[in-house]
Amino acid sequence: MKKLAQYTPFILPGLVLLFLIGLFARGLFLDPSKVESPLIGKPSPAFSLPELKQPDKRLDQSLFQGHVTLLNVWGAWCVACHEEHPVLVELAARKLLPIYGLDYHDDPQAALTMLEKDGDPYTAVLFDASGDVAIDWGVYGAPESFLVDKHGVIRDKYIGPITPEIIETRLIPMLQQLQAEP
Amino acid sequence: MIPELGHLALILALGLATAQAWFGLVGAQRRDGVWLAVVRPAAVAQALFVLGAFAALAYSFLTCDFSVAYVAENSNVALPWPYRITAVWGAHEGSLLLWVTVLALWTLAVARFSRHLPQEFAGRVLGVMGLVTLGFCLFMLTTSDPFMRLLPAAEQGRDLNPILQDPAMAIHPPMLYMGYVGFSVAFAFAVAALLGGRMDPVWARWSRPWTLTAWLFLTFGITLGSWWSYYELGWGGWWFWDPVENASFMPWLVGTALVHSLAVTEKRGAFKNWTALLAIAAFSLSLLGTFLVRSGVLISVHSFASDPRRGIFILSMIGVFVGAALTLYAWRAPTLARGGGFEPFSRETLLLLNNIFLVVAASSVLLGTLYPLFMDAFGLGQLSVGPPYFDAVFVPVMLPFLILLGIGPYVRWKHGDPAATARTLRIAGIAALLAGVVSLILMHGEGALMLGAGALLAVWIGGSAFIEPLAYLRRRRQGRHTTLSRATLGMCVAHLGAAALVLGISVTSLLGIEQDRVMRPGETASVAGYDFSFEGVHPEAGPNYEARQGIFRVSRRGRAVAEMRPEKRAFTTTETTEAAIEPGLFRDFYIALGNPLDQGAWSVRIQYKPLVRFIWLGGLLMMLGGILAASDRRYRARETAAATEYA
Amino acid sequence: MRVVLTALMLLYAGLALAIDSEPPFADPGLQARYEQLTHEFRCLVCQDETVADSNAELAADFRRQIHGMVEAGRSDAEIRQYMVNRYGNFVLYKPPMQRSTALLWAGPFILLLLALVIVARVVRRRARAQEGAP
Repeated sequence: MKKLAQYTPFILPGLVLLFLIGLFARGLFLDPSKVESPLIGKPSPAFSLPELKQPDKRLDQSLFQGHVTLLNVWGAWCVACHEEHPVLVELAARKLLPIYGLDYHDDPQAALTMLEKDGDPYTAVLFDASGDVAIDWGVYGAPESFLVDKHGVIRDKYIGPITPEIIETRLIPMLQQLQAEP
Repeated sequence: MIPELGHLALILALGLATAQAWFGLVGAQRRDGVWLAVVRPAAVAQALFVLGAFAALAYSFLTCDFSVAYVAENSNVALPWPYRITAVWGAHEGSLLLWVTVLALWTLAVARFSRHLPQEFAGRVLGVMGLVTLGFCLFMLTTSDPFMRLLPAAEQGRDLNPILQDPAMAIHPPMLYMGYVGFSVAFAFAVAALLGGRMDPVWARWSRPWTLTAWLFLTFGITLGSWWSYYELGWGGWWFWDPVENASFMPWLVGTALVHSLAVTEKRGAFKNWTALLAIAAFSLSLLGTFLVRSGVLISVHSFASDPRRGIFILSMIGVFVGAALTLYAWRAPTLARGGGFEPFSRETLLLLNNIFLVVAASSVLLGTLYPLFMDAFGLGQLSVGPPYFDAVFVPVMLPFLILLGIGPYVRWKHGDPAATARTLRIAGIAALLAGVVSLILMHGEGALMLGAGALLAVWIGGSAFIEPLAYLRRRRQGRHTTLSRATLGMCVAHLGAAALVLGISVTSLLGIEQDRVMRPGETASVAGYDFSFEGVHPEAGPNYEARQGIFRVSRRGRAVAEMRPEKRAFTTTETTEAAIEPGLFRDFYIALGNPLDQGAWSVRIQYKPLVRFIWLGGLLMMLGGILAASDRRYRARETAAATEYA
Repeated sequence: MRVVLTALMLLYAGLALAIDSEPPFADPGLQARYEQLTHEFRCLVCQDETVADSNAELAADFRRQIHGMVEAGRSDAEIRQYMVNRYGNFVLYKPPMQRSTALLWAGPFILLLLALVIVARVVRRRARAQEGAP
């Protein structure tokens, strides 16, 4: 036992090294810039926003009730959103779930033009001029998307563009699970 | 053709480095004089080929050879030629080549200045350095080749980030690398001693100038980085505890402990384990810094584009080098002869405390830097650890250290005399207390205690630093025969630098004023007793940018003090903020433009920064102290006697 | 990936400092609190800058909201909680003191204590060696 105590200071640095290497090896496959959302599992924030195509009409969080929904945060100014758009249009055509848009920090005319030219996958588009509602959703960039269940609880968040891979591996399995829930 | 030659040079260097390592380490183990004789020529040849490879890349940049992918991505036809050279290390592949080139320079220096060392020992030192060269050359050739061709060649090249087209930014990496890579020499010395099973005081004397030189370059590199960040980035700050800043600070803290530990090993043959471990740790932290910048494991403004393959390679290198060194340490260090005993109140004890505090400080920085990764990796959630944490933790840990800094030089080796030390430091102590109390009273309010502490420590350390030189001058005037070695003078200068640093940090943090406001042309803002009168913004054309320039007239009680012209510069791809700085030894004024609002109004940030220059002055003094200490006469004496003793 | 690239491009732009366009508070105490708070939060677009310094639009939004909350009389703790509810602890530059961060906050001081204990033992041992020497 005394020998162990005697040799500990010589072995300790090596143990620290092993721990650090393990930590870094794990860290190489994480993305620290992707901020996890604390809203997953919580009910959607309350909001009241005008609809992009019919500015007199206002929508609030009750639109989520009764069915599983995808909320997609986008803007005509966002390059990646343009790249994501065809994927959303195709997803909408499959009629799996309604897709609502949250048009964030945008010029309404540019947004409408984009929908005209590139297709409109959205059942409705919420227009968030100030960006305050987006902040309530924990949005920090575009595009981001949220999967909301039948009771208006946020169940998943996709940071970055929705890709066909994300649709097949994450969205559809979760959709099926949520639809099966009461 | 030239890029291919550069590539070939790297391959040849790899082969020669392998020979250098093999003949050096195995040759020393076998005590084979013939093999050992090959090491130095192999090392020199390898270094020359590496320099050739660097020259090839630099040539490709100078001639705007955009058929080389790396050149096309980091340069542009419009780039002025000095910045074409500095663009060589602007991104991952080129900065790696810079790493190996700096290692080549150190290799040449060691090859040249190690002739007086025993052949086996020198063989081991160069052998270890050869292994490091081998690792990095392999890294480059397999994952990060700067000579890859781009076909068809790009027309224009990409526009280099304008922020990098700056003299301080240009030499900051080479200076840092001189430090990081220089610690590989200290590492090699320690490993060579452990392999040989002996670590005598004379070994410490050999190692010290190399270590000091690496340390002073690192000091300079960090100081430059801080200064550049202040004047270029427009936020008026000088340190952000960014992970890559921390990655340079940790080896510096450990390196400082190392140069002091070497002193004990040299003078008293003690602390051998400490010294060996610190040498291994300093270089390990250098490698860690290299890893952190290129792996994408942490978020940082400095990060190069990340690629898991590269991260895996460097991590493996760290595992191999540091793992092998620590295994050797665990095996051999317990058998090293113990040094002399010493009493509780002695310089040895104080330097031991010095080591401890610096290592705890470095560990704290490491803990804070890696904690977000730790939390994420263990699924505990995401976290940010920023300046509020580091400031709260680092300052208390360093406070006792700073007090000891003043005492240490005046305590005798082995058997200190508390009364004599107290007598020597009496005046400095009283002055420090006075300074502390006065500052406390003058500031009276939030932060007064911290300011008092800062002033006390600064005067304490500064006063202590002056004692020995003043005593020397007094003895001279008395006509007594006396000396002041460069090593001692260097220590005093470096400690004075520490005092300046402490004072600068305390005063600028606690007494500095920052005001964000909206100003219309014709309005005047009052900050820190000065009047800043805004005269509007007008366009100005630059060589490769369009600027909007504001004019501020600074006055005090009606007397004009300065005219300041902050700018917003629009380049082809980005926009930068050029803060206007009115420098002074005792205070800086700092103005940055924000955004234009209506009717000619602008949001502006005006800062008053007292004693901020003392921070970099402190860094420069520490560097100067290092230069003085490293050039002490006793390192330059021929050591032929020691060589025979050791063989 | 694209989001990261866009963010990276914004990062270069964001190295150009953002100055606050929010009107200053009449009460210097409130102004000081506001400035303190904006320096405490991390900009999530330019993730290496504080909300006070960042040029990103999101940072400007954050500043606007924080300004409003300070004016409305919300406490510092409430404002921090507001941000954390939406973005998690990641948005705070000062890590919260909770069980998972106990090691982080206590670590340096524990290390220091441990180190001092070790020094005391080593010094005592060396002193004994010193006495033993002729």
